[in-house]
Amino acid sequence: MRPPVYLDHAATTPVAPEVLAAMLPYFSAQFGNPSSIHRWGQQAEHAMYAARQQLAAGLNCSPDEIFFTGGGSESDNLALRGAALAAQAAGRGRHLITTAVEHHAVLHTAQQLRDHFDFDLTLLAVDAHACVSAQQLADAIRPDTVLVSLMLANNEVGSLQPVAELAAVARAHGVLFHTDAVQAASQLELDVQALGVDLLSLGAHKFYGPKGVGALYVRRGTQMLAVQTGGSQEHGLRAGTQNVPLIAGMAAALQLVLQRRAPDNAHFGQLRDSLIAGVLQRVPESRLSGHPQQRLPNHASFVFREVDGNALLMRLDLEGVAASSGSACKTGDPRPSSVLLAMGAQPDWARGSLRLSVGRATTAADVDYAVQTVERCVAALRK
Amino acid sequence: MTSAAADKRANAGTRVVIAMSGGVDSSVAAALLVEQGYDVIGLMLRLWSDAPASAAHGGHNKCCAPDAIIEARAIAGQLAIPFYVVDAQQIFREQVVQFFLDGYSAGTTPNPCLECNRHIRWTFLLNEALSLGAQYLATGHFARVQQLPASWQLLRGTDAAKDQSYVLSVLNQQQLAHAMFPVGAYTKAEVRELARGFGLPVHSRRDSQDLCFLPDGDYRPFLQQHAPAALKPGAITDSSGRQVGVHAGLPLYTIGQRKGLRLAGPEPQYVVAMDAAANTLRVGPRTALESTRLRAERVNWVAGTVPAAAFQAQVQIRAHGTPAAARIMPEGSDEATVEFEAAVQSATPGQAAVFYAGAEVLGGGVIAP
Repeated sequence: MRPPVYLDHAATTPVAPEVLAAMLPYFSAQFGNPSSIHRWGQQAEHAMYAARQQLAAGLNCSPDEIFFTGGGSESDNLALRGAALAAQAAGRGRHLITTAVEHHAVLHTAQQLRDHFDFDLTLLAVDAHACVSAQQLADAIRPDTVLVSLMLANNEVGSLQPVAELAAVARAHGVLFHTDAVQAASQLELDVQALGVDLLSLGAHKFYGPKGVGALYVRRGTQMLAVQTGGSQEHGLRAGTQNVPLIAGMAAALQLVLQRRAPDNAHFGQLRDSLIAGVLQRVPESRLSGHPQQRLPNHASFVFREVDGNALLMRLDLEGVAASSGSACKTGDPRPSSVLLAMGAQPDWARGSLRLSVGRATTAADVDYAVQTVERCVAALRK
Repeated sequence: MTSAAADKRANAGTRVVIAMSGGVDSSVAAALLVEQGYDVIGLMLRLWSDAPASAAHGGHNKCCAPDAIIEARAIAGQLAIPFYVVDAQQIFREQVVQFFLDGYSAGTTPNPCLECNRHIRWTFLLNEALSLGAQYLATGHFARVQQLPASWQLLRGTDAAKDQSYVLSVLNQQQLAHAMFPVGAYTKAEVRELARGFGLPVHSRRDSQDLCFLPDGDYRPFLQQHAPAALKPGAITDSSGRQVGVHAGLPLYTIGQRKGLRLAGPEPQYVVAMDAAANTLRVGPRTALESTRLRAERVNWVAGTVPAAAFQAQVQIRAHGTPAAARIMPEGSDEATVEFEAAVQSATPGQAAVFYAGAEVLGGGVIAP
C-alpha cells in the first residue's frame, strides 16, 4: 500500500523544520523567564521582543498591539470577552453581532455572553456560501452594539468573508470589529490596516507553527478587560509567564508564510482545483460546499447526498487518506454540521460532508489518489 | 520458524474488526488478535445517549458514555490499531430499545441482549466490518466457534460461570462463519491475567448482567420515562381469579418475585403470570411457579436446518441458569415445544430458552407467554 496521504491541513499542519530550529534554544539552553531581571530573563525577553516585532511586521501593526496567547481559541475568547465586558463595564452597550457559521471559539463565547452576562446577540443569516453582506451588517447594528465578530475564512467550507467591507461598516458606526483569522493565516494577507479590523485572532499550528500558542492583535486604544488575571504580562491583558519557545516558533512560522505565500498559494490552488474538479466529476451526487471562487486556496469541501460523513472518513483513513468532515469530531455523532444547515443545506446532503485541505508537502499524485479513493469509498457506502 | 510466528505471518493478510467497549474482555480480545498477527481494526458502537438530566457526571448509561469511548480509544492507541466510533443510535433505538419497551408493555420480560446480538452486533456491525474488507468480526464474548468440514458450531465459553453463549443463540451459519470470540477459550481469571501481561487495565467498569442503556441498571425509571402508558395499576389475583391486591404496573414485576407485593396471608405468594390484556398480575404459592412444558417462538436453529424429529437436549431458560434435561419438539420453521423431565422454576415469557448438546448450542427461541 502507498504511504497515507495527509489532506487535513485545515485541522493542523506539521511544524516546519525552520520553526523547530527557531524554538529549540528556548527550551533548555535559554530557558529564562522573560519577566526576570537577570541575563537569563533578558535573553528570553529579547527572543519574545523579536517575535513580537516579527508578528507586528506581518500584520502591519505596532508591536505593542500584539498579545501572545495559548492559541487561536484563546485569542477568540480574549477578543470577545475582553472587548464585550469592557464595553459593558463602561456602560457603552450590550449588543453583539456574529453568525452561526463562526468557529465555536467565537460562537460559544458569544452565546455564553448572551446567556450568562446579559448581552443581546444577533446571529446574522448567512447565504448559501456562508457569507454575509455589508448591508445585512449595517441593518443589524444598533446604538448599543459594542462588537461585531466575523471570520476571515470559514474553517468548514473555506469561504472568505468580505471582512474589509464589513469592518468598514462597523467602523462607520463606531463599533469594534473582530475577525477570527485562524484558518486564513497560512494563506491570506493579514494587513490589519487594509482589513480595518480592531481585533484579529491567530493560532500558530494552522500555519506550520507549534500547537498551544497564538496571538491577538488589539488596535491601540481598544478598551479591553483581562480575562485571565494575575501578573502584568502582555500589558496585564493575559497574565502568566509567556511560552517563549512556542512564541519564537510562531514568529518563525509567520516569517516563513510571508516569504513563501505566493508560491505556496499557487501550489495549493492548483491542487485544490484538481481535487474539486476530480471529485465533482467522478462522484455522483456531489456538490462543492462554500464559495466556488472566494475560498481558501488550500481548501476543498464537499457534500454527498445520502452518505454518512463519519463512515466515509473511517473508510478513507483505512484506505490511506486523512480527511475530516469539517470540524474535528471523533464521537461518531451523526448530526449534520450546523454550519451547513445554517447555509441552507438539506439534511440528506449535510450529513455527508468532507473537507480535504492540502499543504506544502502535498503532491499532484496525492490528490489523484485521494480523488480515486473518495470515489471508491463513496460508491462502496452507497452500495 | 516457530508455529506461532508462522501463524502470525499467515494471519497478516486477514482483516478482523474487534467490537470494543473499553472493558477488559474486548480489550484482551483485541490484544490477542494483534498478537496473532491479524490486521485489526477497533470499532465502538455508539448505541444510546440518554444521560439523565440529574447527573452531569457519573450518571451516564454504561455502554457508550464518553468515558467508555475514551477508554476504548486509549486501548486501541496502546495496541496501535485504528479505532473508530460507529453510530448506531437510530437502529438500536428501533430494534432493541423499542423491542424492550414493547416486550414489557406486552407483559413479558424481554431480553434485549439477544436482540442486540441479532440485529446490531451480528447484522449491522458485521455488515459494517465486511464492508471495511474484514473477514471476521470479533467480540469479547465468552463463547467459542468451531469450524467443522462444512459448517460452524457455536460452543459455550470455557469459563462456565462467564459463558455468554445464551445471548449468542440467535447466530446463524453465515454469521458464525465470520465470528471470532478470542477470549472464549479462557476463564475470566485468565483474561485478567492476560490483561496484566499485555499491560491493559484490568478493572471491570460494569457488570455484564446489567443492560447497557440503563443509567443505573434499573429498568423501572427507564420505563417510567419511555413507556409511561405501560405502567397502569391493576388487580393482583390468585389462581381462582379472585382479587387479592393491587399492582403498580405489570412491567415493575418479574415472574417468581415475592417481595413488594404487599399481600396479606399466611402463605408466601409469588408472581406466577401476567395478563397484559386484562392488566392483571396472577400470584400463587411457590409450587405454582413450576412448569414442565413451554413453547418457544422465533426459534433459531444454529445449524441452519430444522431437526427432522423430536430430540433430547439440555435447555437453559435464563442467562445464568442451570440447564435442565428436556425433550424438544420442533414445529414449523421457527417454533418448538419443550417438555422438561423434571419441573423447572419460573420459566419467564420473553426470556430465551436455549438448547444445548453438551457445550454446543443447537438453537434457541423466546419463551411464549
